[in-house]
Amino acid sequence: MSSVASTNKHVGQSKSRSRNPYRLMTENTLSGMARRKALMGYLFLFPTILGILVFTAGPVLFSFVLSLFRWNVFSPPEWIGFVSYQRMVTDSRALTGFWNSFIFVVFAVSLQVLLGLVLAMILQSHMATWLRYTYRTTFLLPMLMSGAATAIVLGYMLHKEFGAVNYYLGRIGIPPIPWLTQPTWAMVSVIMSYLWLSTGFAMILFIGGLTNISNEILDAADVDGARGLTRFWNITLPLVSPTLLFAAVTGVIGGLQVFNLPYIMTRGGPGDSTRTAVMVMYESAFKNMEIGYGSTIAVVLFLVILAVTAGQFGLSKRWVFYQ
Amino acid sequence: MQSTMMPTAPRRSSAAAAGDFLRYRLGMWLLLLVTTVFAIIVVAPFAWTVSTSMRTPMESFSVPPQWIVLNPDWSNYARVFEEIPFFRQILNSFVVTLAVVVGQLFTASLAGYAFARLEFPGRNLLFWLIMATMMIPLQATIIPVFVIISRMGLANTLWSLIIPALPTAFGTFLMRQYFLGVPKDFEEAAVIDGANQFSVFARVYLPLVTPALAVLAMLVFNGMWNDFFRPLIFINDPLLFTIPLGLNDLKGYMATGSISVVLAGVTMSLIPVVIVYIFGQRYLIEGIMMGGVKG
Repeated sequence: MSSVASTNKHVGQSKSRSRNPYRLMTENTLSGMARRKALMGYLFLFPTILGILVFTAGPVLFSFVLSLFRWNVFSPPEWIGFVSYQRMVTDSRALTGFWNSFIFVVFAVSLQVLLGLVLAMILQSHMATWLRYTYRTTFLLPMLMSGAATAIVLGYMLHKEFGAVNYYLGRIGIPPIPWLTQPTWAMVSVIMSYLWLSTGFAMILFIGGLTNISNEILDAADVDGARGLTRFWNITLPLVSPTLLFAAVTGVIGGLQVFNLPYIMTRGGPGDSTRTAVMVMYESAFKNMEIGYGSTIAVVLFLVILAVTAGQFGLSKRWVFYQ
Repeated sequence: MQSTMMPTAPRRSSAAAAGDFLRYRLGMWLLLLVTTVFAIIVVAPFAWTVSTSMRTPMESFSVPPQWIVLNPDWSNYARVFEEIPFFRQILNSFVVTLAVVVGQLFTASLAGYAFARLEFPGRNLLFWLIMATMMIPLQATIIPVFVIISRMGLANTLWSLIIPALPTAFGTFLMRQYFLGVPKDFEEAAVIDGANQFSVFARVYLPLVTPALAVLAMLVFNGMWNDFFRPLIFINDPLLFTIPLGLNDLKGYMATGSISVVLAGVTMSLIPVVIVYIFGQRYLIEGIMMGGVKG
């Protein structure tokens, strides 16, 4: 802002004293500098804008175009209009995929947010510093494991006969649970594995949100004698609600994209019980080489994510409180 | 937060205060117990992975699990390199991860600086357009990007994992926030010294935001090292696989063999991330919070 103001000032002065060569030079260098600065701005942005156009923004539109064609990569694409969309609404596999993604997101995200908030509140409560850091580091450890490695390791541990989990459950008298071989349990296993992998992330978000709460408000609450559940509902929860919204939105966006865990742990099975929308998209486009149909599922998934996110922000006006 | 958990309530009878204190202590122990149970659930798979990676093929997949292996069988680690081209895959993971980290630091710091410190027509519009693309999930773009990559002749090369990952809306946002925090005085001082715009950026501002560079580097390292979806689609030559794909393959080969070999591979894949994590944990945490608090 300041450079614009100073440029104008000099322009004004130069009109009245345009004969003074020294003034002219100053004017030139200053406006020249503003112009150079603007040019630099575009230059600095060039790699990012080009990259986003080619690899993010462009492809979204391209996806929609592709969804209107039938194309198996080898022969030329053939225009079919909205046929793929009609096919999708009657394709039980695709519908099951979206349904499974929905169930997954409902349970995985609500539990992830709940657990993350509880752990963050425990860690932010009165606790020795070394203990707090030890726990925080511990809960973040799963972030280091790739989804692929997590799926492999937890898949082995949940094995019905030889898995460590059933062994210890057996020790306390619980008969072997078919973690990966029975449809409902398979979904439970994928959700649990996702929670193992991603709760630490939510916890860190909430630690950030809780740290941001101003101490004056908390002190005031103290003086008023608010404690326990009252304090949680009336003070803490409203104050972390912006973080809650962020965790819920990013959680849903991430959850709807889940792929690695079911792909490696259960291959979508047994049957189609853990086949998510992204898996159906992947199989259509890259296994069956139906690029158009895969794009259709991708477009619908994107629209679902947009709609859910918009809905979350719309509803948030009713419950999110900004300090 | 800390001080407020201690009951500093108005004075009451000492008996009530003692009851309060007892309940408070009991609550604390209960919370500690819950937290410890969760901590065990979090750590157990790591411990099980490392210990089982050292069991002999005969006992590799048998119960009870052995947490401390008395006679470790290190041959599982050698077997990983015999079953899959693991050395090449480690190298691939390093090349891709480092290239994307360096590339994103470059593109994001330039763009973030432009949005924070340079003035040009359309700045706000461009900024919000770029922010809007953060909403676009990878899955919605992966098919066209695959088509583009193939047309460019880059399918089944490491370039296909690097080039599409270079532009970053989130990184741009992150760097902009940090650049906004640097006082403008620095720039004016440098301009008086006759520095041009690029050297103001490179010599004056960039060194001041090294923490931001570390934050972005940590997030990108973590994401790229563990990426599975993109390599799965773009790469089909095992010699060009990154580690997560290699491990998935290894699991397939060992379906009837020793799971200890697979777990040895998993253990080795964790070493670089753990090392980076030891030095950069605080940047990783800061990065996650940046997204949440200021986003």
